[in-house]
Amino acid sequence: MKVELRGITKRFPGVVACKGVDLTVESGEVHALLGENGAGKSTLMNILFGLYRADEGEVCLDGEPFDCRSPAQAIAAGIGMVHQHFMLVPVFTVAENVMLGVEPTGPLGRLDRVEARRRVEELSDRYGLAVDPDAVIEDLPVGVQQRVEILKALYRDARCLILDEPTAVLTPHEIDELMAIIRQLADGGRSVIFISHKLREALGIADRITVLRGGEVVGHTTPAETDEQALAAMMVGRDVQLVVDKAPARPGEPVLEVDGLVVSDDRGHRAVDGVSLTVRAGEILAIAGVQGNGQSELVEAICGLRPVDAGAVRLDGRDVTGHDPRAMFRAGLAHVPEDRQRDGLIGSLPVADNLVLNQLDRRPFSRRSVINRREVRRHAARLVEEFDVRTPSIDTPVGNLSGGNQQKVIIAREFFHADRLLVLSQPTRGLDVGSIQYIHRQIVAKRDEGVAVLLNSSELDEVLALADRIAVVYRGRVVGVLDREEANRERLGLLMAGAVEEAAAVEATGEEEVTVT
Amino acid sequence: MPTTLTEPLAPSREADLVAERSAARRRVGFGVATALLGLVAMLAFGIGSESGLDAVFVLSRSSDAVQIPDVTVPARATGLVLGVVVAALGALLVTGVVRRRTFLVFGVGLALFVVALLAWAARGDDISIIGLLDGTLFRATPLALGAFAGLLCERAGVVNIAIEGMLLAGAFVAALTASAAGTPWVGLVCGMAAGVLLGAFLGVMAITYRVDQIIGGTVINIFSLGLTSYLGTQVLARYTDLNDPGAFRAFGIPGLERLPLVGPLLFHNTIYVFLVFVLTAALWWGLFRTRWGLRVRSVGEHPRAADTVGIDVLRTRYRSVMLGGAVAGLGGTWFTLDATGGFNENMTAGKGFIALAALIFGRWHPVGALVAALVFAFSEELQTRLALLDTPIPSDFLLMTPYVVTIVVVAGVVGRSRAPAADGQPYVVE
Repeated sequence: MKVELRGITKRFPGVVACKGVDLTVESGEVHALLGENGAGKSTLMNILFGLYRADEGEVCLDGEPFDCRSPAQAIAAGIGMVHQHFMLVPVFTVAENVMLGVEPTGPLGRLDRVEARRRVEELSDRYGLAVDPDAVIEDLPVGVQQRVEILKALYRDARCLILDEPTAVLTPHEIDELMAIIRQLADGGRSVIFISHKLREALGIADRITVLRGGEVVGHTTPAETDEQALAAMMVGRDVQLVVDKAPARPGEPVLEVDGLVVSDDRGHRAVDGVSLTVRAGEILAIAGVQGNGQSELVEAICGLRPVDAGAVRLDGRDVTGHDPRAMFRAGLAHVPEDRQRDGLIGSLPVADNLVLNQLDRRPFSRRSVINRREVRRHAARLVEEFDVRTPSIDTPVGNLSGGNQQKVIIAREFFHADRLLVLSQPTRGLDVGSIQYIHRQIVAKRDEGVAVLLNSSELDEVLALADRIAVVYRGRVVGVLDREEANRERLGLLMAGAVEEAAAVEATGEEEVTVT
Repeated sequence: MPTTLTEPLAPSREADLVAERSAARRRVGFGVATALLGLVAMLAFGIGSESGLDAVFVLSRSSDAVQIPDVTVPARATGLVLGVVVAALGALLVTGVVRRRTFLVFGVGLALFVVALLAWAARGDDISIIGLLDGTLFRATPLALGAFAGLLCERAGVVNIAIEGMLLAGAFVAALTASAAGTPWVGLVCGMAAGVLLGAFLGVMAITYRVDQIIGGTVINIFSLGLTSYLGTQVLARYTDLNDPGAFRAFGIPGLERLPLVGPLLFHNTIYVFLVFVLTAALWWGLFRTRWGLRVRSVGEHPRAADTVGIDVLRTRYRSVMLGGAVAGLGGTWFTLDATGGFNENMTAGKGFIALAALIFGRWHPVGALVAALVFAFSEELQTRLALLDTPIPSDFLLMTPYVVTIVVVAGVVGRSRAPAADGQPYVVE
């Protein structure tokens, strides 16, 4: 199906998310839509899918104007969307999820499960998706769940498929499989819109690429005409340095020792399954792995935010297992949490207060439970200056800042007292390239001061750019610890997919291009 | 540092120990409880009891088509023997001889304990088992209907703690309208309508205005209690003609009612008991076998997923909440059209909250909810029977029984049951 968006403009209170965007996707074409977070990619696709209404502009499908008011209409018109956060009911089976909304029924609305299962099997076979229609979603790996999402679209006979950041939760191997499926769908005459902020993937799969910045199209191109450097410049609007400068690490004594740690997730399932790690002073140990393999639970347990079922955590040789976060703070831990809005900041409080959240109970910021405002403000003014937080004032509610500046507030607060152990979870998720560069430099600087750094990141590029050593986790266990020199994308990818034996056979090449995307 | 590779990914020993430990803790807990029950039975109903007295269990009434002879047991020996058996079951759990199905073993132990209790309470006397079971079914009716009302709402993602208020409103409206119209059928329909109205009110608060659903439900409970109490004292007390609804009569299903024991028990009842059975089956089939059910459940589990495939989340929720209101209203009419034949202030007396507990104990499943309602109803009925038998147990303790059972069940067993994922979360359409 040929999809044309002409002059699409969408305003939200205070921002223009899309400004006169033109986009044409031919049938049988894979079209990559590139841009940083906030560039307007998702807004544009939500308009096409009927979740938002455009303020100006029109959508044409196969040349016919199409006025889309709801997802139901978009689906009926042949548009299918695979959302970044899967839209699957975890306790339903594959077949139930696929047929939901377009159920084959018998008398009295009885579900025709046999028919649904037959069609799911048929589609799964035709596109080599290998999905069992009777499997329950929550038991399936994310990669398979994503194929269920694709099945949902195909079941509804989608002729244009939108994939929103489809690779974020996949292992490198699963990404390869997905790319093969996408290519097959396009060869069958369907059009595919591939939304991403990862340059490498866009270059690998797309027939054509459209780059968005600040809600506007900044260019159309093809993989043959461009490269990563040029695309990055288009996305950001200026030349970017893709490499982090850092000297070799000079590791000192062990600071954090984790021994046989076992931790459960919120549902009581075992998420961390006997992990042992050591982080030394003056080195960055990165935890690499596909999201949801226990990294979050591991970090939370180390930071005292989640109960430890078994095993021990030692900080500077002292047993701190099961200490609460405040005790961990006193023992020398600085922590940048994964979800900054939920766990890192209080959005309605001013920047100044957020900068002393963890020290409010101590002098000089308070005395006998009374806060010393003057001291808090002086401290805040200093940190805002030092960490280059762009804020109208230190009294602005922190929730009003951009994502990058919110993260800088947390970085400032935590880095200020980080002199022993610094734990970072997804420190640059969703940030613009400028902020990423800044934060990366700060992390390396802390390491060079002799701080032990534990970095949890699901961005392989970030891991490769910063780490001195890399611990790969898979299903709650450390499947390998590699020195940076012996790590490369391929080897890490295999380990991340749990392929233990094969990984041992792959030769480390030593040289590796490092990019920031 | 060289690459370190661990062995293939079998679950680790430490983690297995953790899982085992928690299962063991649960097993030993139930084992100790079972063993204690056995000891109490042995000591209080066996050794502590007078010898030479028999207990008579009556299994049929004179009006029944097939007469089953009474069962006579020696009270003291029964208490002793059953006590020993129950204690042994407990020991099997504690020592780990039995490791699986711990809750089932506990349940069997509890049932045997109750038999021993009955034999003791009826020593030198007789007790009507058929009456006990019949009374259980009778009392289970409003609990089951209330739980079904909650089920319909919560499966669609709206927490309904307003069951109590809906029951009360249904009871009041049924008394009034049935008295005015002279037939209980009118009361039945109007009581359901009252439930639908309150359901719609809950929907407006919880779905459209996204009020906290606990607060919204509490509002309805207080509103309903206040209004019916006021109107009850001001109107019904003055014009007693308006509080004389008449009642549904019991009737039998031809043929089936002549079966021994189950005939008079299950197949000779008022319309309410039959409605409970029909609704149990209909809800099970509807929720798990039809398009309607799949959509309702999807809205309760993952509303955004339902939205993206074109299901109208808010409308589905409204429909479910109003349907739930209708079922709660129906349950309310039971109080005036079956149970007592007239409205009294606050006559539901917390049944709506026990129904809510039954819903949770029953794991948000119609059959589970029915079984849970029966368990709670049995404890209520047992309490009244024991009070009549003039046992030395203080009546205050007996009155506590149903509530204690509720608390124990909800606190101890329910920890593991899983609510619909989006239960209680308002949905914002983008």
